[in-house]
Amino acid sequence: MSLLELENVTLKFGGLTAVDDLSFSVEEGEVFAIVGPNGAGKSTVFNLISRFYDPYAGKIRFNGHDLLQVKPSGVAAFGVARTFQNIELFEHATVLQNLLVGRHRHRTTNLLSEVFFSSSAKRQEMENREKVEEVIDFLDLQAYRDKMIAGLPYGVRKVVEVARALSTDPKLLLLDEPASGLSVEETADMRWWIDDIRRQMGITVLMVEHDMGLVSGVSDRVLAMADGAKLALGTPAEVQSHPAVIEAYLGKAS
Amino acid sequence: MRIVFKTDYMQDIRPWKDGYQLSLYLLLLAVAIAAPWWLDDFYLGELTNVLIWAIAGLGLMVLTGHTGQASLGHAAFLAIGCYANIILVEAGVPFMIAFPVAGLITGIIGATVAVPALRLHGIYLAIFTLAMSILMDDIIVLAEPITGGVAGKYAPPVGVFGFMVDRWGTPNEFYWLTLGVVVLVTLGYINLLRAPLGRSFIAVRDSEVSAQAMGVDISRTKTISFGLSCMVTGWAGALMGLYAGAFNNETFSVVISIQLLMMIVIGGLGSIHGAFFGAIVIGFLPQFLSISKEYVGAVFGGSTVAIPGLEFGIFGMILIAFILFEPMGIYGRWLKIRTWFELFPFYRKDMFKRQKSYLKTERLR
Amino acid sequence: MDNLQLLISGLANGCVYGLIALGFVLIYKATEAVNFAQGDLMMLGAFITIGLTNTEYMGLPFWMALPISLGLMAVLGYLLDRFLIRKMFGESQTSVVILTIALGFVIRFAAGLIWGHEPQTLQNPLAGKELALGGLVLGMEDVAVIIVTVLLTWSLYVFFSKTKMGLAMQGASQNQLAAYYMGVPVKQVQGLIWALGGVVACVAGILFAAKGSVDPATGLIGIKAFAAAVIGGFGSLPGALAGGLIVGVIEPFASRYIAAGYSQIAPYALLLAVLIFRPHGLFSQVRTKKV
Repeated sequence: MSLLELENVTLKFGGLTAVDDLSFSVEEGEVFAIVGPNGAGKSTVFNLISRFYDPYAGKIRFNGHDLLQVKPSGVAAFGVARTFQNIELFEHATVLQNLLVGRHRHRTTNLLSEVFFSSSAKRQEMENREKVEEVIDFLDLQAYRDKMIAGLPYGVRKVVEVARALSTDPKLLLLDEPASGLSVEETADMRWWIDDIRRQMGITVLMVEHDMGLVSGVSDRVLAMADGAKLALGTPAEVQSHPAVIEAYLGKAS
Repeated sequence: MRIVFKTDYMQDIRPWKDGYQLSLYLLLLAVAIAAPWWLDDFYLGELTNVLIWAIAGLGLMVLTGHTGQASLGHAAFLAIGCYANIILVEAGVPFMIAFPVAGLITGIIGATVAVPALRLHGIYLAIFTLAMSILMDDIIVLAEPITGGVAGKYAPPVGVFGFMVDRWGTPNEFYWLTLGVVVLVTLGYINLLRAPLGRSFIAVRDSEVSAQAMGVDISRTKTISFGLSCMVTGWAGALMGLYAGAFNNETFSVVISIQLLMMIVIGGLGSIHGAFFGAIVIGFLPQFLSISKEYVGAVFGGSTVAIPGLEFGIFGMILIAFILFEPMGIYGRWLKIRTWFELFPFYRKDMFKRQKSYLKTERLR
Repeated sequence: MDNLQLLISGLANGCVYGLIALGFVLIYKATEAVNFAQGDLMMLGAFITIGLTNTEYMGLPFWMALPISLGLMAVLGYLLDRFLIRKMFGESQTSVVILTIALGFVIRFAAGLIWGHEPQTLQNPLAGKELALGGLVLGMEDVAVIIVTVLLTWSLYVFFSKTKMGLAMQGASQNQLAAYYMGVPVKQVQGLIWALGGVVACVAGILFAAKGSVDPATGLIGIKAFAAAVIGGFGSLPGALAGGLIVGVIEPFASRYIAAGYSQIAPYALLLAVLIFRPHGLFSQVRTKKV
């Protein structure tokens, strides 16, 4: 059984078909990339998985659960974490607080025990802190632990987003353009991290990315989309040489 | 500069940074407890008033400062807390039970009100709560059999652990009662902020989409925030009623709502300190103005006639100045000054630089 | 006949609400800022005109005072934007709301200081004249209020939907950065809109002061006008007027037909109902955030 399955998913905004009868599945342990020109519906696929949009038709299953049955806030509980294309961090909080929000799905305390900060609340905080510290070590964020997000440079914010998603202890990590706006060095770091996330942490990665170097460097399989529909699916090399993909990017050869 | 070396996760989890900071706050508490011995009755009364406003400010701060939902209607919840408390006491319920229950009732009503208000954002929520506050005035008049209508109600002395506490008869005891509530509410607030719920408030404030993606249920979080905020506000209202002695439908007018919101803005949104700083400004501004008016009158020989609306005019100007030059309020300014001393001479002007972003509409058409 | 009389006076009141609501919407539509001080600006416009016209002050002829006060309010609107609102570029909507509420406090204080706290009426050429239509007797002021409001709303509507400048202003409202790149002088546009907001407030104030009397606390009817704007749906000029008329008409009818004590609740109860069931007004616009 695949980890994530999309089956004949269609999404319409008014008259516009944003995602058109799309089906694909992501296997456990792989890095799966979605590529395509702007407006191809890549981020929309992410927003469908996050349940920000309701599909017009089709099924989305994760780990055997029907994702369409849960609220947007319920998706994280299954172990799906994500980052956003235009960074959506909690601006007026520290890096540490941001990462700790990632632990929210593991909350076991109730209102009363938190208001009185009972021993169970304290124990939970210690555990959260240990988990978060692992992520901080992994992504080299030690220097920024107590810094406010509002004052951080763009590249660091990008990493903090990944860190926050990792703090949720996910099975599947959705990365929405992890390398956009990063420098060459930062992109290289991101590449190693994605590789390590899969190898060391055993987390499946689904990403949308424009940087073909990064995509072919880390992904096992690539899905190419255009106009909300599937163009090609296969290894990076296969997809890059697929005639339909070349046509979508470069236009029809005359 | 003090550098705190961290050797233990507990250092981040407990509310104080180090022993030095803890002892400062304990000293402050000791000074506050001893206030009746170093203040005369008039100023003790004023200080009590400041503390009551601070409780109300803490209540609104949960909702507006930490969850990002601006409310222009919290006077309605002050009123509910105040009336609930007195009605229970008049019905023979001991104050020590009536007081917490009054807060609970207010909190439950607040959480109920939150349900239809959940879909509203920004100014829509503000106008919703504003209308609610205006309606509350009329509702109190209409519910005359239980609220006493326009004639209002009188607060009887209440019993706390066998002591009779009364604003005028025993100002010291009333002050300690208020201080006790302040301390308890503040401690609860601090605990909340270092626990998952408090962080989820901040998450909802800063980005609803990513809060959702992290598994935070937006509606539930907002409802809880409303409930907690209104509960604390209800307690402040109950104390305000006791402090005023007599109150009617006009005691908790919409102007109080607006004043309360402005108070926490001046104090500094998103910080517990802000509620206290704001309360100090609100509480002592009238005193300060009357003293300075006398002074001006004495020096320049002018008349000392009361200028109607002066207080609000000055208050408005202070607020405008803060929003323009120090949007983080008094607390923000205080942080800067403290950092300046701590880092002397390495403070840079851009350390607290505000990030400006172009306004992008969320409307589609 | 009685009801018709009630309706007309309600409409006239509603027009004033509508004009203030129009000011709110105008500024919101073009700058996305919510100006809670619009009611106080109206009060200020009324007092400036009274100060210029009434015999106990300067005693200028009404038709001479009119352009002066309109001009003064336009300048004031522009200056408010230049020195207060523009500094808030990129800040949250809520802080702008709080800023304008504070501004309202200051304006109320200043007006009280200059003109005192007694209610005053504007001496105007239409005062006391009546218009008999069949069995119906209408105050000329009421008629003038309705005519002026309709004309003003219509011309603003045409301005925003037809002229190039108006469209540029709308563009600036939807995405300031993009509008800036497309060559729209965002800052000037904002200033002009605030000047226009001042003028509309002044017109509303003059009409209000001619119909009844103003005192510094009059600005608080801005809250009612704000309710009207929300009922009509923020962002639509005709909607604002419609909302104002609804609120204006509901009031006299509620006080006639509903038990005393309940009648003043009516506009706010309607507002709450609209917010709950049609959160973006009766003539709503959709909004979602793109991630």
